[in-house]
Amino acid sequence: MPTVTMRVNGKTVSGEVEARTLLVQFLREHLRLTGTHVGCDTSQCGACVVHVDGNSAKSCTMLAVQAIDADITTIEGLADGETLHPMQEAFRNNHGLQCGFCTPGMVMSAVDLVNKNPTASETEIREWLEGNICRCTGYHNIVKSIQEAAENVGG
Amino acid sequence: MHDFNYHKTSNIEEAVKVHMGAEDGTYMAGGQTLLPTLKQRLAAPTDIIDIAGVTELNTITVSDDVSLGSMATHASVANSSEVSSAIPALATLAAGIGDPQVRNRGTIGGSVANNDPAADYPAACLALNATITTNRRKIVADDFFTGMFETALEENELITSVSFPKPDKAAYMKFPNPASRYAIVGVFVALFGTDVRVAVTGAGDNGVFRPTEIENSLSSSFTASALDDTTISPDDLLSDIHAQSDYRASLIITMAKRAVAAAS
Repeated sequence: MPTVTMRVNGKTVSGEVEARTLLVQFLREHLRLTGTHVGCDTSQCGACVVHVDGNSAKSCTMLAVQAIDADITTIEGLADGETLHPMQEAFRNNHGLQCGFCTPGMVMSAVDLVNKNPTASETEIREWLEGNICRCTGYHNIVKSIQEAAENVGG
Repeated sequence: MHDFNYHKTSNIEEAVKVHMGAEDGTYMAGGQTLLPTLKQRLAAPTDIIDIAGVTELNTITVSDDVSLGSMATHASVANSSEVSSAIPALATLAAGIGDPQVRNRGTIGGSVANNDPAADYPAACLALNATITTNRRKIVADDFFTGMFETALEENELITSVSFPKPDKAAYMKFPNPASRYAIVGVFVALFGTDVRVAVTGAGDNGVFRPTEIENSLSSSFTASALDDTTISPDDLLSDIHAQSDYRASLIITMAKRAVAAAS
């Protein structure tokens, strides 16, 4: 079985996996980082979004072996101790979630957007969320959350 | 997903050699189509040869033409200011594939080699008269796409780059499936001097194709109104739960008109 080594949330981790092990399985089942969710398992819903070398990716559509030597950030890696990341704080302030299942992917996707385009318009935010599905909120408060976080981060 | 042997490769020669030694090998670029296919057990290769580490395939070069390395991601093409100024339609097309996460990993080489009948890039290749370069030879787009999910690629052959001549005008218009963002109908129009090339994806029951009726009408006048009396037969078009063939036939004309109006 292949051995994989990668950096996850700043720490070097390794493990033995089957070649077919998905990155999301490695994160959840080997590392017990269960903040990253599996919704559809068909790369449509975005609940599994993590950052791979600074770019958002669907960890259900990536093998763990593809992440060898990569730098992975999951939802668990965003907060600084007890201090929430500005995007998490904005989701809380704006009621950007209801059941919360999609939220880790939403937040990771939104952080990638604001990193790349701190002045994203409402339309650009909605287009960016193409790959993240939420069944509860109607997206409105998610968009508001991202706008607020962008203002707080981008100034 | 069935298990397989995984090979990480770092150069073209190594990748091809590993593929040649495999019982039933397949190259993996970004894996955005391959992995869902494996999950559904529609394919079960014995060996996966990952070419993501072959850095010489990542290049984007703009000179007389636009040459995209086969591992260029959709995001890198969409965000390239050089591609945007040389062939704006190509950057726009890349920006409309899937969603941001798929664009971060999906590649032009993977898209072209897979030749999904609803993929976007095959339409750009065909309309822009692209040349597909492999580890062995150069293949013009007209000879490359041979049918649904079928190409002229031979066993072990690896796409290294795709080069697009710069048109005088071009545009791509897609009517996407709202869930998958694959084209229900996508039309790419390109004008080179007086030559008009048009390609349709998403609609043909044999994959991407050039609609001669539309090319002929636009050759006499490259305007949307030149297509007012042009029709496409639904006979060889796809019919499925998303759209029936006669609706696709109508959409082809509509999208072609919009593309001509938008061409720049």
